[in-house]
Amino acid sequence: MLDDKDRIFTNLYGLHDWGLKGALARGDWDGTAAILARGRDVIVEEMKASGLRGRGGAGFPTGLKWSFMPKTSGGRPHYLVVNADESEPGTCKDRDIIRHDPHKLVEGCLIASFAMGANAAYIYIRGEFYNEALHLQAAIDQAYEAGLIGKNACGSGYDFDCYLHRGAGAYICGEETALLESLEGKKGMPRLKPPFPAAVGLYGCPTTVNNVESIAVAPTILRRGAAWFSGLGRPGNAGTKLFCISGHVNKPCNVEEELGIPMRELIDRYAGGVRGGWDNLLAVIPGGSSVPMLPKAMCDDMLMDFDSLRAARSGLGTAAVIVMDKSTDLIKAIARLAQFYKHESCGQCTPCREGTGWMMRVMNRMVQGRAEIAEIDVLEQVTRQIEGHTICALGDAAAWPIQGLIRHFRPVMEERIAAYKAGRAPITQLAAE
Amino acid sequence: MAKVTVNGIEVEVPNGSAVIQACEAAGIEIPRFCYHERLSVAGNCRMCLVEIEKAPPKPFASCAYPVADGMVVHTDSPMVRKARRGVMEFLLINHPLDCPICDQGGECDLQDQAVGYGGDHTRYEENKRAVKDKDLGPLVKTVMTRCIHCTRCIRFATEVAGVPDLGATGRGETMEVGTYVERALGSELSGNLIDLCPVGALTSKPYAFTARPWELKNTDSVDVLDAVGANIRIDTRGAEVLRILPRLNEDVNEEWLGDKSRFAVDGLRRRRLDKPWVRRDGKLHPASWDEAFAAIAAKLKGKEGDRIGAIAGDLCDAESLLALKDLMGALGSVNLDCRQYGEKLDGSRRDFYLFNSGIAGIEDADAILIIGSNPRHEAPVLNARIRKRYVAANIPIAVIGAAADLTYRAEHLGDSPAVLKALLNGAHPFAEVLKTAQKPMIIVGQGALRRVDGEAVLDGAWTLAAQSGALGAEWHGFNVLHTAAARVGALDLGFLPGTGPGVGGKGVAGMMGGGVDVLWLLGADEFDTSRIGTNTFVVYQGHHGDAGAARADVILPGAAYTEKNGTYVNTEGRVQRGALAIFPPGDAREDWTILRAFSAVVGKTLPYDTLEALRSRLEKVNPVFARVGFLPRFPCADLTGPGVAVPARSPGAMSDAAFVDAVANYYETDPISRASPTMAECTVTYAPTAKLAAE
Repeated sequence: MLDDKDRIFTNLYGLHDWGLKGALARGDWDGTAAILARGRDVIVEEMKASGLRGRGGAGFPTGLKWSFMPKTSGGRPHYLVVNADESEPGTCKDRDIIRHDPHKLVEGCLIASFAMGANAAYIYIRGEFYNEALHLQAAIDQAYEAGLIGKNACGSGYDFDCYLHRGAGAYICGEETALLESLEGKKGMPRLKPPFPAAVGLYGCPTTVNNVESIAVAPTILRRGAAWFSGLGRPGNAGTKLFCISGHVNKPCNVEEELGIPMRELIDRYAGGVRGGWDNLLAVIPGGSSVPMLPKAMCDDMLMDFDSLRAARSGLGTAAVIVMDKSTDLIKAIARLAQFYKHESCGQCTPCREGTGWMMRVMNRMVQGRAEIAEIDVLEQVTRQIEGHTICALGDAAAWPIQGLIRHFRPVMEERIAAYKAGRAPITQLAAE
Repeated sequence: MAKVTVNGIEVEVPNGSAVIQACEAAGIEIPRFCYHERLSVAGNCRMCLVEIEKAPPKPFASCAYPVADGMVVHTDSPMVRKARRGVMEFLLINHPLDCPICDQGGECDLQDQAVGYGGDHTRYEENKRAVKDKDLGPLVKTVMTRCIHCTRCIRFATEVAGVPDLGATGRGETMEVGTYVERALGSELSGNLIDLCPVGALTSKPYAFTARPWELKNTDSVDVLDAVGANIRIDTRGAEVLRILPRLNEDVNEEWLGDKSRFAVDGLRRRRLDKPWVRRDGKLHPASWDEAFAAIAAKLKGKEGDRIGAIAGDLCDAESLLALKDLMGALGSVNLDCRQYGEKLDGSRRDFYLFNSGIAGIEDADAILIIGSNPRHEAPVLNARIRKRYVAANIPIAVIGAAADLTYRAEHLGDSPAVLKALLNGAHPFAEVLKTAQKPMIIVGQGALRRVDGEAVLDGAWTLAAQSGALGAEWHGFNVLHTAAARVGALDLGFLPGTGPGVGGKGVAGMMGGGVDVLWLLGADEFDTSRIGTNTFVVYQGHHGDAGAARADVILPGAAYTEKNGTYVNTEGRVQRGALAIFPPGDAREDWTILRAFSAVVGKTLPYDTLEALRSRLEKVNPVFARVGFLPRFPCADLTGPGVAVPARSPGAMSDAAFVDAVANYYETDPISRASPTMAECTVTYAPTAKLAAE
């Protein structure tokens, strides 16, 4: 269990002042100039050594990502873009960072931009986060006023600008290249990779896109040292992480914990346990809507980190733990997710555009059982035809929940179909509420 | 260069190429829907997936993946086949099974690829998507339910045609391609969308339900409805031309074709002259060839050569021009002219009237000045080339003449020769732009030459080119943009008023108002025929009942360009051969044979009995006709400008009247397009003058 002294987000619940004064009291903006004085390379090396993996879902090492930025400008500006388009169902960590601790993000933007030689940072915030945008803008303004950012930021001699941009509410704009397109004023459609944003990004210039949490933890890591951060968590899965626990738990919450905490401990200790007790657990989606679910048997001793969950053919994703107890109609739950992905597909590439609609329609029939047993296999094959064949990861995200359902709960689906054919009520629950 | 191994075949391709290009270099065809060499890469159809060794174990879109040295690619592995089958299945689940009623059937990429990668039955049990059709105007028919969202049309319109009219609205399954506001596409190149569309979503509206591709006979030919000489394929069934498609020629039209050239085909079936006519008692009566010839011969009897004249039109082939010139020579006449608009073209030297930089040469230019021309309407394909250069290099382009949207950013310097004068004096800042450019181009349009001071404007443009260093051993930057396919050929053959000691042939103006007694019009319809003297006996030889035929005393039915083997010289001086796709209708004949036959009637038999003999005479008259399809590049050795009585720089040589574009209505410029109902519909849709309602 994480000690209070090791917590990075000390105002996660908004109990204290979110403004500059409160932030200063919590230790933000402390010695920022000294951190910058260490120089670009030292900062990047420190970040690499900390073992921080990107908090947006893919878990790519953050320090390594920063090091991909060209060392010389070549006449073109460099950009940091912060992805605050948090739209993954079940996830609400960035939102709490922005509304309760925005200065952590602003300070992180300064340090990260400095470390990668960026001339400016753009924070792309989800359009629905209206009040959060107000807080963040206020924090940026306070930082400008205090001379923490802007010309000669923190007295370091480095000029840095930070801009907030509000999105218009499309899930796909959380994909890094779609986000860049949207930021440029175009339709939010993912770009082809390569070239990667580090070479050709925002307005064609070298760009790094980072998640809010990855940037917000950077100042604390640099203040307290890479060794401190990498000492938390498990090897290869260092540090602390914000977990968002929702669903059929007694006290849904956001909490910062070490990576690698057992799932059961996480749920019992912070979320008041599963509704009706651990034995009433049916399944857990451990990392936001796009990762495959895990049945209770696998949850019993599952560790919550990137590698453990990957080994279980799921993923940590955004660490949004969606708990479903035995009253859940899993088929209906996944059908709802299929509907979400169909709705949010940008329509650019074939497998996702056509496949998400197909999956949704079959899933909707599966909810009633109005299908053939063989169609489960067809559905599985359709998910395989989408996965890995698309421009961006939305296709994968749409395919995985269904794969998880079929992998672990195929008997439930078969029983539903058999019941429908026999004209009787299914044994399993029909409500997903 | 990068060495890439594709299915065991080693090829070398330039660095930065896409994998699909390496595959093509290895002779392996990769199925694709969205990829097109001339458009930006979209990578969205996912059909071109290939397997790449030592890369993540998943298929990669070969159109969007750059090659690397030592890359090993498999295009037919089980993984690739499975991936493509999967993509094909997705494409087909919402594609209607309406091939039997789809005009694309038989030449449909989706149909072809489905043979290779499609399943034998559908696994999709749900309802198919239906999409409302869009109105893209009179040329492009839409069946949007068939759309596979490859976005080729969007990219073509935006990138090549330069009209950002097309786009996709909505997202996911509900994404629809359309014009946002439901209005006709504002491009003269819209027909190319039909060629680009890999399925039957965009098809030809006038050609709808007309024929199947396998019923058609294809004939390679060249287009004559503007002076670009676009290479075309004429598709015929029986005695009808059903459609015209562009043919690849990198140096001329790439693979594009203007809408007029493509869609005016229905004009070939209407208002045709299919038998000789002779005017008796003020009315035209059908006649036999013998009667028609006899009527002309009777009129010619005893006439001095000076009282006979000939005017050639815009669509004539070089063979008939030469035959007519030879006939006039035999009759003792030097009253010849091909400049029916009165344009002040100087035929004394070839580079005075050619587009010397060449159409492909536009891609080398680093500054362009357009004088008295709207290339978008006068030569849309050439205009697309200018846009291509503009997009690639953002070169400075300026226009003197009517302000217009040319699909690229062009600085409007003014509308009259006053600007040209300022440029010549170096007073205008753009003179410096031209001077500092390595390869400046000056394009003179027909609108600048069809004026009283046309000679001075021509001289001014030449002088400006000389001053700007555009005329050199490496680069010839003086360009005349013609609008008539026949004009350069006629000038090459000297179809101009005869000159010499004691010889003074009459031009078009001289032949008007009774200047000649017998006037032979070879497809000449573009001048005001009421200017012809009332007592002048007019012979009209041509294929359409247009202005010339209406005034004629004898009509000799000729062949349209699809009905004869003819030689044409395009605006850059490229000699190209058109081919006979169908025979002329009724009693109509190929034009040179008419002239040859008539020459025998008046006892001046022309010395050629076959097309070959006539063509060897062509070569003798001007050796350029010997090199078909080839464009000799010649530097400018002599800076002396066109011979002008009053050169441009002398005061008062150029008036201050504004230039008027040569083409007022792109869709109706010649007898064929004026006879075309499709072009009439386009005129109503697009031409600003066609507004009939009182606003």
